[in-house]
Amino acid sequence: MRRSAREVALDLVSPQRAVFLLLVVLLVAIVVVNPSFAEPGQLMRFLQRVAPVAIVAMGQFFVIVSGEFDLSMGSLVTAQVVGAGVLVGQDGSRTVPVLALMLAFGTLVGLVNGLATTFLRVPSFIVTLGMMLALLGAVMFWTGGAATGNPADEFRQIGRGGWREVPVLDFVPYAVVILVVLLVLALWYTHRPAGKLHVAVGDNVATAHHAGVRVWWVKTRAFVISSLSATVAGVLLVGYAGVHPSVGRGYEFTAITAVVLGGVVLGGGRGWIVGALAGAVVLEALFVLLNYAGVPSTVRSSVQGVIIIAAVAYSALDFRRRRSGPATTSPAGGDAAPAPGRGGDTSTTSPAHSGA
Amino acid sequence: MRRRTKVAAVTGAAALLVLTACTTDPTVTPPSESSPAATSEPAPEPEDSDEPGGEAPANEWFDQAMFDTQYAQRSVTPEGPADQPYLQHIDAEFVDTSQFASEGAKKVCFANASISNPWRQTGWITMNQQLKVLQEAGVISEMETRDAQDNDDTQIADIDYFIAEGGCDVFIISPNSTAAMTPAVERACETGKPVIVFDRGVQTDCPVTFIHPIGGFAWGIDTAEFLIEHLEPGSKVVALRILPGVDVLEQRWAAAEKLFAEAGIEAEDHFTGADPVKIKSIISDALARGEVHGIWMDAGDGAVAALEAFEDAGVDYPVITGEDELSFLRKWKETGVTALGPVYSNFQWRTPLLAVQKIFAGEEIPSEWVLPQAPITVDELDDYLARNEGMPDGHYAKFGGEDLPGYPEVWQERVMP
Repeated sequence: MRRSAREVALDLVSPQRAVFLLLVVLLVAIVVVNPSFAEPGQLMRFLQRVAPVAIVAMGQFFVIVSGEFDLSMGSLVTAQVVGAGVLVGQDGSRTVPVLALMLAFGTLVGLVNGLATTFLRVPSFIVTLGMMLALLGAVMFWTGGAATGNPADEFRQIGRGGWREVPVLDFVPYAVVILVVLLVLALWYTHRPAGKLHVAVGDNVATAHHAGVRVWWVKTRAFVISSLSATVAGVLLVGYAGVHPSVGRGYEFTAITAVVLGGVVLGGGRGWIVGALAGAVVLEALFVLLNYAGVPSTVRSSVQGVIIIAAVAYSALDFRRRRSGPATTSPAGGDAAPAPGRGGDTSTTSPAHSGA
Repeated sequence: MRRRTKVAAVTGAAALLVLTACTTDPTVTPPSESSPAATSEPAPEPEDSDEPGGEAPANEWFDQAMFDTQYAQRSVTPEGPADQPYLQHIDAEFVDTSQFASEGAKKVCFANASISNPWRQTGWITMNQQLKVLQEAGVISEMETRDAQDNDDTQIADIDYFIAEGGCDVFIISPNSTAAMTPAVERACETGKPVIVFDRGVQTDCPVTFIHPIGGFAWGIDTAEFLIEHLEPGSKVVALRILPGVDVLEQRWAAAEKLFAEAGIEAEDHFTGADPVKIKSIISDALARGEVHGIWMDAGDGAVAALEAFEDAGVDYPVITGEDELSFLRKWKETGVTALGPVYSNFQWRTPLLAVQKIFAGEEIPSEWVLPQAPITVDELDDYLARNEGMPDGHYAKFGGEDLPGYPEVWQERVMP
């Protein structure tokens, strides 16, 4: 699947890849405003900051591509952050047991979300909204609304520390290493049959069901992945920023935005995980650019919103063209195919794209 | 057909993004603290005060008259018992309450704006402990509380419920917003029962007393003067603000912004939603562009994250003004930064119930009860840390409940009543 440089360039400006074009534009703009951003140390610190939201976006990707939503991610992050603060306290030796407990709790939340969605047939929008409120309420009840204080530094090092004085890179945060490892894992998984089933189920549940896919298990798996990613993000945020009941607030929407920016279709069945990751980086880069450019605080969110809408509108051009123009894939053929990788380039998990 | 749904989904995404633009930014956070609407005479809301011919101030929330009043009140020595700041008052004009004098335990009806932030939660705990004391003394039989959860409409309904069927002997109202709550407070006054307003004000002087600390402008003046004193002209200050549009917070910034401009301090402001993740990112970005000499905050929540951003960037600490929240005081002690802990006197939550006691005893009380609002300085830091040892990070050092029953466990455990 080798492609010429020209093809790659064309691919970059195609509406479907708008997020990468936007990312390049933003990074160039940031460097123009503040050249020191291009120094390796600064870049690594930027990636350290992106890691939690990127990991959450990657988790949300699996849920959305499977045709569902997970609105409970933000409050799960909050619950994990506050929980870590209380459970670790000033005793660094509790780091490993608490991490294990947090992962177990994350898995449990994902299972509840997934099973309630699939077996009780409650729309995931409602199930995870309920989970969001339940978790927030539990946090408020537990803490009386106030932070208990930051946990021991051993625990916080995961999100705050890194290897210093590394040749070339200067500073390698642990968070960036975790992000890279998770990305590789996620890419591997999306290429496995088990990973491709998420796209198949999101594309057409009925077809997947008739093809013998255990739909409930595929969807539940997506929710568990999503909850685990929120858990990891929580661990990193405890280190990066500390314990506070507002940490994680709005993360579910940031993650959904990142995923949509990344060209993943709400409703499922289409999307590439690297797009979701790039979407998260774009959102953070936009924040940095507005900071550097000194945009007045009062108009900042409007500027952010307009740019995001424009980006999504641009990527949507692709759909409109496809609808009016000659179909690149026959809908009937597409629907009949039980597995992803069906004809044409609609399924972006196909190796043609990820292998570039 | 399915494809059309997908296009619709994408269009829907755009709408969702608008939502996101809101949620990633602080507008969803609960408003912090309290409010001064300082003068109790039909308090001119700052946004309404566009009197023609005025010198068009840079900040629409700026009000010269309130600024001057609060500037002067900062240096007035409060009258009243020195060891009970919640009973002290500044520039008081007393009002006769003998018409309310009567025997027996009274029922208090409390319309609370919310307990949605650590400042209000701390005050709410203190108020309930004060209530216990007055119940044992036979002054108050019970307090029925309705929490409006930051919603004007809910609070209006709460007040009307109290008027219609609360069986109240006295109303205590902590308004959610100034203008919207005024008619409901007036209706409560019309019952002939005493009405006590505290924290944020209303645009009527019908309540018996309006209790509040000096105000937001005083906060802005104290903090800006501290930074100006410790920094050279031309220094850069990053101002971290929770959210726009809340008069309490806007007045703090309006005063500080004016003083910074006059002193030649370059100040840039950001909205943080009190989210430490955002605070740290903002400071990191500011440090990537150049030196930052000072941090100004309109509420101390998140100050620790701000200081940690300096640690992680490997640069010297700034001069910083936070609040009397313990997380900040502890970090201040630990790092030895040059700092000031401004307060929005949390002990004011005791005063309304003590005012109830005075009203039914027929004692005269201040019609506008301005409580002292003295920032915590470095000399007082150790004292306040010692007094609040074992308290959670979200606790406020000047909560003023040390002599109440349950101290310190009730505040340490922080179970909402």
